[in-house]
Amino acid sequence: MTTLAFAILLAACMVAYALNRRAATGIRDGGQRLHSVSGYHGLFALLMILVPVLVVILLWLVLQGTVVNTLVMSSLPDGTLDGLGKGQVDLILAEIQSIAGGRIFGEPEPWKIVAADRFTGLLQAASLGLVLVTVLLSLAIMLFARGKVSADFRARQGVEKIISGLMIFCSVVAVFTTVGIVASLAFETVKFLKLVPLTEFLFGTSWEPQIPIRADQVAAEGAFGWLPVIVGTIVITIVAIVIAIPIGLLSAIYLNEFAPKVVRSVCKPILEVLAGVPTVVYGFFAILVVAPAIRSLGAAWGIDVAPNTALAAGGVMGIMLVPFISSFADDALSAVPGSLRDGALALGATRAETVMNVLFPAAIPGIVGGVLLAVSRAIGETMIVVMAAGLMANLTLNPLESVTTVTVQIVTLLIGDTSFDNPKTLAAFALGMMLFIVTLIINIFALRIVRKYREAYD
Amino acid sequence: MTDISSGSVPLTTNEKVQASLGRRRRKQFILQGLGIGAISIAFLMLFILLWSQIATGYKAFMQTNITLEIFIDPEEVPTERLPRGNFDDVLAAALVANLPGVDASDRAALRSASGILSNGAQFDLRDRIVENPALIGQTITMRMPVSDPYDQLYKELLDRETPENLRRLDDAQIANYDHLVEIGAIGSRINTGLITNADSRFPELAGLKGALMGSFWALLTCFLIAFPLGIGAAVYLEEFAPKNKLSDFIEVNINNLAAVPSVVFGLLALSVFIGWFGLPRSVPFVGGLTLALMTMPTIIIATRAALKAVPPSIREAALGVGASRQQVVFGHVVPLAMPGILTGTIIGLAQALGETAPLLLIGMNAFITSAPGTPFDSATALPTQIFIWADSPERGFVSRTSAAILVLLTFLIMMNAIAIYLRSKFERKW
Repeated sequence: MTTLAFAILLAACMVAYALNRRAATGIRDGGQRLHSVSGYHGLFALLMILVPVLVVILLWLVLQGTVVNTLVMSSLPDGTLDGLGKGQVDLILAEIQSIAGGRIFGEPEPWKIVAADRFTGLLQAASLGLVLVTVLLSLAIMLFARGKVSADFRARQGVEKIISGLMIFCSVVAVFTTVGIVASLAFETVKFLKLVPLTEFLFGTSWEPQIPIRADQVAAEGAFGWLPVIVGTIVITIVAIVIAIPIGLLSAIYLNEFAPKVVRSVCKPILEVLAGVPTVVYGFFAILVVAPAIRSLGAAWGIDVAPNTALAAGGVMGIMLVPFISSFADDALSAVPGSLRDGALALGATRAETVMNVLFPAAIPGIVGGVLLAVSRAIGETMIVVMAAGLMANLTLNPLESVTTVTVQIVTLLIGDTSFDNPKTLAAFALGMMLFIVTLIINIFALRIVRKYREAYD
Repeated sequence: MTDISSGSVPLTTNEKVQASLGRRRRKQFILQGLGIGAISIAFLMLFILLWSQIATGYKAFMQTNITLEIFIDPEEVPTERLPRGNFDDVLAAALVANLPGVDASDRAALRSASGILSNGAQFDLRDRIVENPALIGQTITMRMPVSDPYDQLYKELLDRETPENLRRLDDAQIANYDHLVEIGAIGSRINTGLITNADSRFPELAGLKGALMGSFWALLTCFLIAFPLGIGAAVYLEEFAPKNKLSDFIEVNINNLAAVPSVVFGLLALSVFIGWFGLPRSVPFVGGLTLALMTMPTIIIATRAALKAVPPSIREAALGVGASRQQVVFGHVVPLAMPGILTGTIIGLAQALGETAPLLLIGMNAFITSAPGTPFDSATALPTQIFIWADSPERGFVSRTSAAILVLLTFLIMMNAIAIYLRSKFERKW
């Protein structure tokens, strides 16, 4: 039925286009001078139908499920849902839906079968309604648009107005996305903070989110202090940055100042390949090759290394960040005006002295901006740590031990079926909120440094 | 003049410079060496990364098979009971017929010997017979994959020297296997199942079809949403937007979105698309929506760069002959910028193809044994399939994970190659 609605919309658009175009051509052939060429009259009718009807169809599809569910649940016999939690109500709804879908297990109660029939009926009515609304709305707009065709009608201006409205909508989607991120994170975080006080979340030193699901279950009490998690994130980030900065900077300096053109043109793209490898591949690389290598190295030196040591995850992340830092450093070094370099060389400085004493200090702000962006990348990086870092929160600064990170906790807390009313799930959103805020601050700071520096030389 | 000893002569500038030159050149040499070292380390890591995947992954592109003459016993598989029947007994009988050392009446020995047959073999046989019931009572030849431990044994990943109690196959099983090799029943072929099968609990049957289809639907959704939205936004911001606070705000927003961690987009999708809109979990459509939000900033930034590269003379010429501003942009500027826009879009889609974290949060890491037919069927995607296999304990999944990584990298290389080709073919210097 949904496909039918879209097909009707498509057909209506084409018919309206042809109709209006022909009408306009008719007027022109009748000897009158049209304000807009006939194609614009057709396009006007097409857009007039396409935009509103498409919006109606999409809204209908998004809302239909919720409305039908609410209607079905409210039509259940009085008292069936009294005293039931949200989870149990959802379970009943799911059962009704599966009965409606023809998957019946055991002997369901009669009221469930009635509800399932009602559910099927409502769904059919909804899809029939969708088609009806599509047809009626399309026809109405088609007639309206057809009535507009006249020699004086400014069809081109009408079309351009609609298109510019559409373009503004496209640009605002980015804003909507940001608003959506902030709103959804804030909404769940507020719910979380009602269960766990803010001070405990920010300053607690133990993170044990595995709380009992049933009242009689034996499980940890549940503790939501994010310090061990953020400390773990910082440890891994530091390991990554310590590896990425020297390699990235030195290779940028070499490629920018010393390498022959041919070498540069070959090496730069190969370095970029490192940035294009998906992070899940790095993660597998870390557990397949790097972690065992570090462990056997540690064993050879008599050091005890945890199997999912922060060194493995951080080291691999550092390799991933190398092209990131080197391309920022490369841009910053290239942006230093040639006169500075020429001046230093003319005074007799060697190339190395020019780089270290003149170009590098001048490029520092740009490089720092790049490093900050790399830090924010490292904090937000997920797959490498999910696969190679630990799951248990461990308040330690020792990179040989296993630590966990903010992103690991988010993923492990949310994988599998989750409901939105227990602190375990909500904790993931609270961590996401902190992650978003921290990376946002670093990003804004970094972009500002980079931009300010660029303006200084242009 | 002559009484001045040569040792106390103050050095001239030239001499000072000469004296320090060696040290300064050495410094330059060291810096250069460090630079080359740094690049070498980066390249070495890239090489190890690729090599380790190829070295472990190439074995999964071959599959060890067993070929058996199978007599379809009408007593075990009666026509009227199809599609039910004791297909596993039929297979075991066919196997034992080739193994003189195994006593067919000894259930334990029989079970241990028939462990060489993959769990999926009986279903293959069933499908073949259901399709053509006339085969009942006849003898057919069938090739089927061997189970994982024997596959490892064939590929020499399972060490025969390990003590028997630590080995996954006991001595009798290995003896049976050796006998089968001797009579030529065991062979190795290119593993088409890796591409044509969906996921499975058994490594020898697991394939990437479901993941490939899931990724395809997700990317298609992502493209259909992100491409028009991205171009619309970029054209508006670059060509029409008035210079005011709102436009600045939108720009800052887009730049920040490009740097938001991917897992946060996953949280957004989970709470908005699944929680509020009530869209189903694990479906490629929701994955595509999420990826579209992440890809849009990339497309917008690339499109704006491409639009900027079109010289103003084109716009002025079109305006001069009386075109409206929209006619100028959509009739001339956008078509000329198209190669750049497409290049940026393909690169954005390639990034989206490798993205894992947001897909995990919306449940595209479920265990699903059939390929999705539409974007609304539950599915996995290539990167999440890699994640699932990397987490699986069976030995056979290690090489399959690497093989899946190689498949993913091949797709990424292809997409980037297309982007580079487009750029070099259609790029215009004005």
